[in-house]
Amino acid sequence: MADTPFILQEHQFQKLKTVLARLCVECAARVVFLIDRDGQPIAFHGEIGGMDTTSFASLAAGNVAATSSMAKLIGEDTFPSVFHEGENESIFISIIGRSLLVVVFDQRSTLSLVKIRSKRGSFDVAAILEEATVDSANYRLNQNSFFAEITDEDIDSLFS
Amino acid sequence: MTFINYASREINCKIVYYGPGLCGKTTNLQYIYDSTAPQAKGKLISLATETDRTLFFDFMPLELGTVRGFKTRFHLYTVPGQVYYDASRKLILKGVDGVVFVADSQEERMDANIESLYNLEENLATQGYDLNQIPYVLQLNKRDLPNVTPLDDLSHELSRKGEPVFEAVATNGTGVFDTLKAVAKQVLTELRKG
Repeated sequence: MADTPFILQEHQFQKLKTVLARLCVECAARVVFLIDRDGQPIAFHGEIGGMDTTSFASLAAGNVAATSSMAKLIGEDTFPSVFHEGENESIFISIIGRSLLVVVFDQRSTLSLVKIRSKRGSFDVAAILEEATVDSANYRLNQNSFFAEITDEDIDSLFS
Repeated sequence: MTFINYASREINCKIVYYGPGLCGKTTNLQYIYDSTAPQAKGKLISLATETDRTLFFDFMPLELGTVRGFKTRFHLYTVPGQVYYDASRKLILKGVDGVVFVADSQEERMDANIESLYNLEENLATQGYDLNQIPYVLQLNKRDLPNVTPLDDLSHELSRKGEPVFEAVATNGTGVFDTLKAVAKQVLTELRKG
């Protein structure tokens, strides 16, 4: 059987957005993303311009998955963070449980600032995601949940 | 793992196309990409070698429509088929909601199909999944070629649990959307069952 779905309620999403907005300012970042480790974008705050955020999330997750496996091959449990330095823009990714906090920044910020602020913000993010995980499990137990109401006709209508 | 966001009213699911090297996994995605309206799809990302063989994965997001006010978005992935990319295949199966096994119907590829199917079962188990419990579809691809294994023989050899089986010619789109629909429907039905 596939994993239990992860359900993010509206108030939890808004709390995450608030944390990301604060982090974006504190890190002097261009944009801050929260991404599921399986590659699903959860939330972001900042300037994305024309960026394809769905592809970005998928590639970030693939990147972390690959480097985590490399860590194991050299005897490390994992690399808790990954840094990519570009000429103008850089990316700092830190692992928070089942999710990834991704900070995109330029010369207006520094790696050390981003590292420190990300670490602080990660505690707030972790607490919200933990609450959502517990709620997801409880929600699934409720037979009157949204999922139980989906009919065969609803599913078939997607393919008509 | 299905991700449901009540704020943006979205259901996100992950489907992985699996199979031996050169069986047509990327071709399936390419056909879906080429045949889908721009507003329903994102970019098709291919992490490929210089000779266009899949190195890590191909990826495309596809929006199918709404269920009870929730947008359903399927994230379609392929794995690299070549035997020595096994570490990458394991990573891509993480969080999978449904699997399509693309078999190469050519007689000389029977052993490669069987090896890849065993590899799928093993790698799913590594991630804590059971092929018998997960939404799953078998696609028999390249049915237009002259040297194909008869349908019954191929189905008998590769079918695992009475899963939906589709004949396909991914290069011209035959069977491609039938396969996708069958696995997507299973994923959504699974979600409803809880």
